[in-house]
Amino acid sequence: MPSIESTFFDLGTMDAISRQDTFVHRMDPRIKVLTTLVFIVCVVSFGKHEISALVPFLVYPVFLVVFGDLPVAYLLRKVTVAAPFAVLIGIFNPLLDQQVLLQVGPVGISGGWISFFSILLRFMMTVGAALILIATTGYHAVCMALEKMGVPQIFVVQLLFLYRYLFVLVDEASRMVRARSLRSFQGKGLGIRVFGSMAGHLLLRTMDRAQRIHLAMLCRGFDGNIRPSHPLRVRGWEVMFLLGWSALFVFMRSYNGPRFLGNLIQGFIP
Amino acid sequence: MHMADALISPAVGGTLWAATAGLIGYSSRKVKQDMDDRRIPLMGVLGAFIFAAQMINFTIPGTGSSGHLGGGLILAILLGPAAAFLTLASVLTVQALFFADGGLLALGCNIFNLGFFPCFAAYPLFYKPIAGGRISQRRIVLGAILSAVLGLQLGALGVVFETFLSGISDLPFSTFLFLMQPIHLAVGIVEGLVTAAVVVFVWKARPEILEMTAASKPAGIPSFKKVLAGLLIAAAVTGGFISWFASTHPDGLEWSISRSTGKQEIDPPKKGLHRLLATLQEKTSFLPDYSFKISKNEETAGDAWPAVDSGTSLSGILGGALTLITLVLIGVLLKRRKKPHAQH
Amino acid sequence: MSHHIVEVKDLRFTYPDGTPALQGVSFRIVHGESVAIVGANGAGKSTLLLHLNGYLAPKGGEIRIGDYPLTRKTLQTVRRTVGMVFQDPDDQLFMPTVYDDVAFGPLNLGLPTAEVESRVLNALSVVDTLHLKNRPPYKLSRGEKRSVAIASVLSMSPDILVMDEPTSDLDPKARRKLIELLKTFKHTKIIATHDLDMVLDLCERTIVIYNGRVTADGPTLKIFENQALLAESHLEKPLGMQGCPVCKGSR
Repeated sequence: MPSIESTFFDLGTMDAISRQDTFVHRMDPRIKVLTTLVFIVCVVSFGKHEISALVPFLVYPVFLVVFGDLPVAYLLRKVTVAAPFAVLIGIFNPLLDQQVLLQVGPVGISGGWISFFSILLRFMMTVGAALILIATTGYHAVCMALEKMGVPQIFVVQLLFLYRYLFVLVDEASRMVRARSLRSFQGKGLGIRVFGSMAGHLLLRTMDRAQRIHLAMLCRGFDGNIRPSHPLRVRGWEVMFLLGWSALFVFMRSYNGPRFLGNLIQGFIP
Repeated sequence: MHMADALISPAVGGTLWAATAGLIGYSSRKVKQDMDDRRIPLMGVLGAFIFAAQMINFTIPGTGSSGHLGGGLILAILLGPAAAFLTLASVLTVQALFFADGGLLALGCNIFNLGFFPCFAAYPLFYKPIAGGRISQRRIVLGAILSAVLGLQLGALGVVFETFLSGISDLPFSTFLFLMQPIHLAVGIVEGLVTAAVVVFVWKARPEILEMTAASKPAGIPSFKKVLAGLLIAAAVTGGFISWFASTHPDGLEWSISRSTGKQEIDPPKKGLHRLLATLQEKTSFLPDYSFKISKNEETAGDAWPAVDSGTSLSGILGGALTLITLVLIGVLLKRRKKPHAQH
Repeated sequence: MSHHIVEVKDLRFTYPDGTPALQGVSFRIVHGESVAIVGANGAGKSTLLLHLNGYLAPKGGEIRIGDYPLTRKTLQTVRRTVGMVFQDPDDQLFMPTVYDDVAFGPLNLGLPTAEVESRVLNALSVVDTLHLKNRPPYKLSRGEKRSVAIASVLSMSPDILVMDEPTSDLDPKARRKLIELLKTFKHTKIIATHDLDMVLDLCERTIVIYNGRVTADGPTLKIFENQALLAESHLEKPLGMQGCPVCKGSR
């Protein structure tokens, strides 16, 4: 789990990036969500030893990064930071699967290594796609899109409230941690009992806050339903965006472009 | 503990998403029926609380390593299963979207593994009967530890199944199982202790909070019998499915086994870690043909192997590398050209 | 214009754990008055305020807002008339953007989208935060949050404005801005506060609460000159009425 301060910073940064004004950002969120889903499903559906066929799919993230004006280094960093679990499981592949699948000159590459790299590539692409979705659409717009696409309103409202108060609570928690660390001199770290007490305090304050928020909602006429204030509109060319990219993904899933390219090149080498 | 998109197949991911979507729909209906609209802001801030609390690390006594709170159980205790499930699902969604925690396809699996089991199984089966009615410190600790352990064991089991059935990772089922379960037993005990610590604190400071949730029938608690019946049915169906699969598709099982171990020929394990794993594998395997020394049926294994011959693979590498370089170059060039127009 | 009258008769309230909070509070506030409620911490100010929009129900006594006695049935109507601004604006701004927060009230009133939009833009321009309308609340400064919180209440066009500690943690400039803003409001204003200097500037009438009872109710200046009364109620003279620290002269 990342540290508290960095989380605060991260949420704020992603939020700022998502408020940029490019044609990608302006698109209807539902289109972006759907296109991302098609992308992910296609990438994930490849067999475990595919690498070359995966590469052309990079065109979608590259497209969005370029036209959405996204900070590449920042996104790459976030993706690599999250890699550990996939790496942890994936690393068993080279150890267990020693069958050599590929001879490149004197070097034999085992199926295990191939599937490991495939896993890494898949990870970066799918997880990157999710990050890019938020970076180009913004959390609120994604939630609105989800609601329009049939997700129960209670859950969407929950997503919105959670996000809103994330900043407040992360702030409170970090102040508590800081206050505690300023008073702990042995540096032995937080024990379970102290944690229980800290978390307990935070919890009680949180529940009080919830009550006050509820009061504020009642004071402004809340009756159990949350009403949206901005309608969403999809334009014609955005539908073409979705259909076009989806068709491309399916095409790339079915035909291995790089291999074809490689064959061509090999044909020219005497 | 979190599944990643890279390790699941669309079939597994899709199935788990269907289950999760169903649960979200069910829970939403239950919470709405509950009619207590105080719950709406409460769920939101408690979700934020769990999120924040997860970032505070504590040291586990005796080991010196650090751990952090999972939170599903605390939510279930304070909100009841349905609301807790929604809250946990929302926290995992934010983590998947912002912190690259696994990915969007795996989100369905994660919500199921980390949400369903603590909220709809562990809590009603253990915590509520033990510490839900008459409350005392001992009951809280006992209930919390048992529930946390059960919830995490089931969740870990879920991860193992999902990984294995997807076929992307080469980890054999039994090895993975025997690695995950003990680790999560320990994690479960710690989670139980930490949950108990927080709940006891709240109970001592403001007992009315716990009494309030104990008295009201929080939305979505199915009766003990129903939960037990549900689990038994699920176990029977799963067991039945696996044995049907094994009996009607003997080659199929071999095929999936050989896929997950990748062996076509008898090959002595090499030294070091590989041999350790192989030994571990042999010691822990309980399915008959399931070992590194693969099937007598080389044909089956050979057929099942994806047709990869070095000729096509070399082209793959060449073409792939070329495509990659081209894409990256185009991207960089386009970005450079845009820079002067970018507003900063 | 009877719907602007706030009348409280012998209000009594005890907390669930037995602490008596209000032990017979009575007063009558008419349309357009600007009244400050002052007193020690724990004297009962916030509890009193929470009765004015029906969040807490009195254990004894009666409350009338305009034509309506405050009962379960009249709650919704009363909440439309009485706009309440809380001490912590984070509790009040719970929607994704400023616009959404200010639109929350009117939308709940069932107003059509065009009307909602005009009310929101109007309210935001009154508090001078129109440029912030698409910002998320966590990106606002303390003073901006406070202004937006006020706007979120104004957009419902209440007749009576109730505020709990509006100037606490505002920097001097933001505080001055708020005071000037409130001076322009023609609503009935009921303000619970420790900021006695603001009271001097803003409220012609003051009610002093001590131990759940009203110990004084009258023109602000007169009350602030009564040293004994102030001391008894855990208060002191506003800084503006104390001696000048440089020349040691007094007003």
